[in-house]
Amino acid sequence: MLRQPFFWLITATIAVFATAPVLGNNVDLRESLILAALYIILASNLNMMLGYAGYINFGSIVFFGLGGYVCVWLVSAHAWPLGASLLAAGVCVSILSLFFGLGILRLRGAFFALATIGVNEAVQAFVENFGPWGGSSGIYLSPMIFKPLGGPAEALWIIYFLMVALMGLSLYLSYAVKTSKFGLGLLAIGQNEDAAAILGVPTPLYKALLYSVSAFLPAMAGGLYFLKSAFIQPSDAFDLTLSTEVIVIAMLGGQGTITGVAIGAYFYEELRGFLLTSETFSHFQLVIAGLLLLLIVLFFPSGLMGFIYKHFPRTQKVLE
Amino acid sequence: MLGILASIIDGVLVGFVYGLAAMGLTLIWGVMDVINLTHGAMIVAGMLALYLLTGTLGASPYVALLPVLIGGFIVGILLYWIAIHRMIGRPPLMSLLSTFSVNLVLIGVSTAIWGTALFNVEVSVPGLSIGRYTFPGTHILAAVLAAAIACALYLFLHYTRFGKAIRAVANNREAAELVAIPTTRVLAVSVGIGVALASVSGMLIATLFPFTVLSGDGYQLKAFVVTVLGGLGNPIGALIGGVVLGLLEGLVAPFVPVSWTLVIEFTLFVAVLIAFPGGVFASRRGAL
Repeated sequence: MLRQPFFWLITATIAVFATAPVLGNNVDLRESLILAALYIILASNLNMMLGYAGYINFGSIVFFGLGGYVCVWLVSAHAWPLGASLLAAGVCVSILSLFFGLGILRLRGAFFALATIGVNEAVQAFVENFGPWGGSSGIYLSPMIFKPLGGPAEALWIIYFLMVALMGLSLYLSYAVKTSKFGLGLLAIGQNEDAAAILGVPTPLYKALLYSVSAFLPAMAGGLYFLKSAFIQPSDAFDLTLSTEVIVIAMLGGQGTITGVAIGAYFYEELRGFLLTSETFSHFQLVIAGLLLLLIVLFFPSGLMGFIYKHFPRTQKVLE
Repeated sequence: MLGILASIIDGVLVGFVYGLAAMGLTLIWGVMDVINLTHGAMIVAGMLALYLLTGTLGASPYVALLPVLIGGFIVGILLYWIAIHRMIGRPPLMSLLSTFSVNLVLIGVSTAIWGTALFNVEVSVPGLSIGRYTFPGTHILAAVLAAAIACALYLFLHYTRFGKAIRAVANNREAAELVAIPTTRVLAVSVGIGVALASVSGMLIATLFPFTVLSGDGYQLKAFVVTVLGGLGNPIGALIGGVVLGLLEGLVAPFVPVSWTLVIEFTLFVAVLIAFPGGVFASRRGAL
C-alpha cells in the first residue's frame, strides 16, 4: 500500500489541511476547513454504502447525531474525559448499527432505502422523548469541560486537528476497503447481489459489517462537532439537510470514487458558504441542493470523476 | 373499555384515509417498480390546496375534492416526464434519487413561501353521537370519501380498457408492448393517478388535523408502513393495511403519548418488512 501513489496523495491532503490554518493563525480558514473535513468524513463513509455496495442510506445522519449524543451525554452527565467519550461514541454507535444492520440489511434495494428513511424519523422521535438526553430541548455543556485542554481557544484547535485526523482515517479506510477482498465482495454486491451470493460472498454479513464500519467515524465526527458547539438538540443532530447534502456530495464527485467524493465535499462546502452569505439564496439552500442532485442524476450519473476518467483515461490508474 | 372501543373506531375511520394515501404509492410501485419519494410533498400539496381554496375562495372544503384530484393528476404527469421517464430500466437507486431531489425542491420552495407555521382548516360537519361518545363528522365523511375513491379505482382498474392496460403493464411491460399497449402513456397516467390519490388523501387529512409544510414526512412514513402491511404493488391490500394501521393507532392511543406513535409505527414497519417481505395481506405477488 505504501508504494501506491494514491496513498501519498491522501497523506499530502491531510498535511495541507493540518498546516494551512496554522500558518498565520488563520481562524476563518480553520472554520471553513473543519466543515469541509466534516463533509469529507460523512460523504466518504456514505460512499462506501452508496458507491461500493449500491445501497442508498437516506438516514446516514443518524450515526452522526447518535455519536454526538453519546459523547455529549457521557461528558456532561458522567464527566468522562473527552477522548474516552469520543471513542465510546464511535464504538457504541458501531455496535448498535451492527445489530440494526443485521436486521434491516436483509432487505434489498428499495426496501432498504425505505427502512433508512424510517430509521432517521424513528431515532429522532425516540431522542425527542428520551428524558436522560434532555428530550427536545437537548443538552448544554459548560465551558469548564475544556479546562483540561487548556481553555476554549486551545480546545478549538485540538478539535480541528482531531477532525482532520478523522478525515484522514476516513480516506484511508475508504481506500483500504476498496483494495481489500472485503471491498471486492462489496463491489460484486453492487453489480449483482444474486450473482455475488452464488459466487460465495456472504452478502448479509458483508452488508451488516459495512453498515457498522461506515458508522464508526461519522459517530466520532458527530461527537467532535457537538463538543465544539457545546450544545446538542434533536433537530440539529438529525438534520435532514445534512443527510441530503452528503448524498449530493457523493453523487457530485462520482459515487464509488474516493478522490471525487473528497473534491465534491470541498466544493460543496465552498458553494454552501457562498449561498448562506448571499441575501437571495440563503432561504433556498435545499432547493439548490435538490436541483443540483436532480441534474446530476438525470444527466451526469457518474459525476465529476466519470467526466475526468472519460477525458483523461490515464488518471484511472492513479486516482481511486 | 368503551373509551378504548371508541378510540379504535375513530382510528379505523382515519385509517381509511391512510389507506388512500398508500394506494397512490403502491400503484406507482406496482406498475413501474419506482418508489415515489415525492409522496410526502404531494400529500402536503393537497393540504395546502385545501387551505388556499377554502381560505381565499371561501369554497366548501369538500368542493375542493375535484380540483385537487385534477390538479394532482396533472402534477403527476409532469413528475413522470421530469423525474421518472429517464429512470425507467435503470437501477432503482437512480429513481429513488431523482424523486428524492424533486421532493427537496418542493419542500424547499414551500418552506420559503409559507414557512413552518401550523395551518388549520375549519370544517364543521355534525358528528354522530353514540351514548357518551361523539364521532366527529369530518372523520366519518373522510372515511366514506376515501372508501368511495378506493372503490372507484378498483372499478377503473378492473372494468375499463385503460385500467386493464395499466394492470397488463404492471404484470409484464414487454408483453404489454407486444400487444400494442402504449406503455409510456400508461406509465405517465399511473404516476398521475398515484399523485392525485396522494393529494386527495392530503386534502382529507387536512380536514381532520392541523398541518405544517413539513408534515409530509410523517404521513409518507405512515404510507410506507401501510404499503408494506398490504404488500407493495397491491392497492386493495393498501386500503386494508391502512385500516389496520388506523386500528393499531386507535388501540395504543389511550395508553401511549402521541409523540411515541412514530417510533412504534417504525418498529412495526421494520418487523413486517423482515417477517413478511411480501406483505401481510398479499395473497400473491403483483395482485394489481
